[in-house]
Order: sequence, then structure tokens, then C-alpha cells
Amino acid sequence: MEESNKSSSENERLEVLKTYKMYIDGKFPRTESARYYQPVANDSSLGNVCLASRKDVRNAVVAARSAQAAWARRTAYNRAQILYRIAEMLEGRSQQFMDELVRQGVASEAAEFQVAESIDRLIYYAGWCDKYQQVFSTVNPVASSHFNFSTLEPVGVVFAVASQACPLLGLVSLIAPVIASGNTCVVLASENSPLSAITFAEVLATSDVPGGVVNILTGRIEELYEHFSRHLDVNAIACDGLGPELNTKIKEFASENIKRVKIYHQDWAVEATANPYLIQDFCEVKTTWHPIEQITETGAAY
Amino acid sequence: MNQRQTAMVFNSPAIDQVGVVERAKRFTARSIKSEAKMRGLEMVLSMIDLTTLEGMDTEGKVKQLCYKAQHLHDSIDGLPNVAAICVYPNFVGLAKRALSGSGIKVASVATAFPSGNSSLEIKLADVSMAVSEGADEIDMVISRGRFHRGEYNFVFDEIAAVKAACGTARLKTILETGELGSLDKVRLASDIAIAAGADFIKTSTGKIQPAATMPVTLVMLEAIRDHFQKTGLMVGMKPAGGISKAKLALHYLIMVKETLGNDWLDSEWFRFGASSLANDVLMQIAKQRTGAYQAANYFAID
Repeated sequence: MEESNKSSSENERLEVLKTYKMYIDGKFPRTESARYYQPVANDSSLGNVCLASRKDVRNAVVAARSAQAAWARRTAYNRAQILYRIAEMLEGRSQQFMDELVRQGVASEAAEFQVAESIDRLIYYAGWCDKYQQVFSTVNPVASSHFNFSTLEPVGVVFAVASQACPLLGLVSLIAPVIASGNTCVVLASENSPLSAITFAEVLATSDVPGGVVNILTGRIEELYEHFSRHLDVNAIACDGLGPELNTKIKEFASENIKRVKIYHQDWAVEATANPYLIQDFCEVKTTWHPIEQITETGAAY
Repeated sequence: MNQRQTAMVFNSPAIDQVGVVERAKRFTARSIKSEAKMRGLEMVLSMIDLTTLEGMDTEGKVKQLCYKAQHLHDSIDGLPNVAAICVYPNFVGLAKRALSGSGIKVASVATAFPSGNSSLEIKLADVSMAVSEGADEIDMVISRGRFHRGEYNFVFDEIAAVKAACGTARLKTILETGELGSLDKVRLASDIAIAAGADFIKTSTGKIQPAATMPVTLVMLEAIRDHFQKTGLMVGMKPAGGISKAKLALHYLIMVKETLGNDWLDSEWFRFGASSLANDVLMQIAKQRTGAYQAANYFAID
């Protein structure tokens, strides 16, 4: 803040500061609760950031649900194109993301690495969009006259609690595999470093990602976990880097409608943390029994 | 009597459009506490005309709707039934049998719904068919084309003729406000319908956008109020189309209470014409009872 004041007095121009709002249904609303908090980095405030309430969770889940069917209906190829497009947009704004990460207390080299790795990760999952199905689907041997095969389907709406420590790379590393298969998601950004998440939302908004496919909230996990883990319209939860107590509570609430809960404690900087199993984590297996002629009688085979 | 004189006989006041919109907006800013909200939601349910008016309606669909009207959500105890179901005339007999003994009324659209473009004879035949099949209520449409040509006498006479054909069935008169153009016209049409003997005035067919809005409904409620103050006779109100959320329905109830008073807060005098509103209200009631946000796929399709 001090720096910006000085520069503005020299230039005799007031710097225009960005209002960091949330990202719901392709729009940037403030929280309905009108509350805010002030995350701190390097002993200075990062600004007034929306403190999401349970009603913001509700609104974001409604947006994610209404976007889900259409997103899953898109061809895998088209989802890949869009993920690739996100990477392109991020590349063009990498300097902004680096500066912002540094502002949030990340060392400058680490910031550069995080941005580059985030872009690469999006490309990586863009590539997987039309390939994971071939890897994970199976044709199953059965002892009856059926052609039996299993394929993956997206679970639906995923609520993701993004990494505290890794504000950009952690966020991207969860969002990309979740939406690659046709899920939509609501993401709770890092509480102490939420700025990158909101700026990433600006990238999403200009990347042909339909509104509602990714929704980003800023706020406190303690206030919100009960509401999203008990929400009947949330199909799966991804928790990154939460304490064991919180994870247990979330699992307990999630059991009310047997939601899938995936717990991660990864160092996302490690390249091996990007893998197609993360896509599989948010897919259900659908098995089809297709009646066929008695293949053993006729000698036919597949 | 020429047209100008007719309009003067009704003596409809000019409507302050800006004022009405402002006034209608205020009804949405009331604080409703949870106990009052629960009672309000149950009241909304009891006022719904569960509606199916599609070209693709089948006997199965109508039977299903009648079942739904009597079993809104069996896992919640003590829910009221809806007020009525609303179908095309050829399904009235079927609906009447399916609902016998339930106390739920059968409403039928008639008079060449939704356009109203036909001869008076055909319209009356349409009404007679529905009435002879046992319809408790008839929803007619006014001739908007004639209305716009200034043939108010014609519109008046037509409503009066249909009212006579209804016998004991109650008559709801659809103004199709989305085609009337201005709030002044809405007020004039309301006054004509009331004077011609309508038991209810109704905003829309649901086939034209915009359908029911709060300002339009307010103008109609004020016409009812003025008529009541002049004559002491009550007329019912039915907004229809576009009301699909519980919260909006509560706003309407507040508007009715503050414009007409408690006497109208009864399914005898106020109805919602809606197909998807019931499920949203049920989801809100379930949320209040269980504390968990609900998902649409736990509720019956209607």
C-alpha cells in the first residue's frame, strides 16, 4: 500500500486497485453476506476479500449443477480444447500471476515455477481428456451371453478445498482433472492467499469455459464445511491439506448421502502428482450388460 | 356505447409505472423469520395449481400429476395438498376420477387456449365440454387482438358469455399481460374482467414471455382492492408462469397480504399457476427440517 501511495504521488495519478470478488456462474459477484476479511502477507494486508457464507455455497452449487449436464455432454475433444485454451490464457498473463504470488509471500523463483508448472499441468490434463476413458474402461469376461463393458462417467458436482500452501498450482492441479471428465466444481480458495484464485477466475472467464463449470469462493473452511459436506446436491468432495479432525468431520457429514470424499496431502510441485488417477477419482464406473448371441455355440468371438 | 365511453365507464386510473415497480421491489425486502417462513411455504403449497399444458400431454402424464398432487413428498409429514390441478379440457374427466375424494379441484383451460383466436360458439363449446366433464374451475383467455383494437365491449361480452356457460364452475380470466404492452392496459383489462363477472383474474397462459411479474401482479391486486372497496365483493388473483422459486412465491404472499389483507391468503382467493414451484418449495421445507441443502433428484418429477 505504501509503495502504491508513493508512486501515485510521483505520477500524480491514483492507482486503480482491483476489487477481488468471487466467481459464481461465470460472473463476479460479492458475497451475499457483504462480509470481508483481510488476509495478510509480508506484514501487509492483501486487501478486502469476500468472506463467503453458506448461501454463497448454495448459490455456487446451484450454478455448478445447472452447468453440469451440458458440460458433460460436450465431446471429450472439445473439453480438451477448452483446457488447452485456459493454458494459453494463463501463459499470456504469467507475469501478472508471478507478481501476485510474490505479493502473497511466495519467493520469486518459486512463483515463476508455480506459474509455469500450472500452465504445463493444464496442457497435461487437456491431453488426457480424450484418453483416460480408453485407459480405465474395460471389457469384462462374463459367464453368460452378454457383452459386458465398464466405462467412466463424471460423478457430477465436486466441491474442492484447494491447497493452502500452493495457491495457484494447487488450485489448478485439482480443478483440471475434476473438469476434464465432465464434472463441474465449486472451489474454496486458499484462505491466506486467495488472490491468485480470483485472478485465475478471470482467466477461466476468457477461456470459453461455460459459466458455472468452475465456481470459486473465498472464505473460511471452518464456517463452510458443514454446509457443503451435508449438501445433497454435491456428489464428491476433494480436500487438500486439511487437518485430520476436519477431514473426519467432513467424512461424517458426507456419509449422509454417501458422497465420495478424497483426501490429498500432496506437494503439487512434484511432477508425478499430475496423473490420470486424479481424473478417475471423480468418475463413477458404469457397467453395461449388452445381450448377445450364444458365442460359445456359434464360435463367434470379439 | 362507443369504445371511448366504455373505457370511461370503467374509469381505470392511470398507472404510475415507475412507482409500481418501486413499490413491488419493496415487497422483496421483508425479513421473514424461519417459523413464519415455514408457515408461508406450506401456505404456498396449498395455493398451487399444479399445471401441465403441453401439446405432448398424455393420460399417463395427467395421472402422474394427479398422484403428485395428493402425495407431494410422503417422507415429510403434515404437508398440505395443492389447491388444484390445471389441464386441457380433454383430460378433465380423467383428472376428476383420479382426484375423487381428495378435495383437490380440477381446473381446465378453455376458450381456444392459449391464443383465444376462435369464434364465440367454439369457445363456449370448449367451456361446456370442460364443465360437463366435471371441471370445478375454468381458465379462459381474453381476446387480446380485439382488446388492442379498442373493442372493449366485445371483450366484456365474451367474458360475460363464458361466465354464463361456466354454471357453478369458478371462472378465472387470463389477461395474458405479456401481450398487453403497458400497465395501464393491464389495469383496464383487469377492470373489464372483474366487471364482466370473473371470479379470478390471472396474469398469463405461461406460453408468452414475460409471464407473471410482481409489478403486473400488483396492478391487478390493486384493481381487486379498488373493486372490493367499492362493492364489498372479493375477486381472486392467480399469477401464473415464471414463478418457480419458493423465495419469489413468499414475496408474492407478502404483496397479497400488504395489498389486500389476510382474507386473500387462502387458496379460495389466491393461487399460483406453476409446474416447477412445488418441488422448489418442498426442497426448502426439507432444508428447514433437516438442515441440509437438498438436491432435485430426491424429489418426484411432475
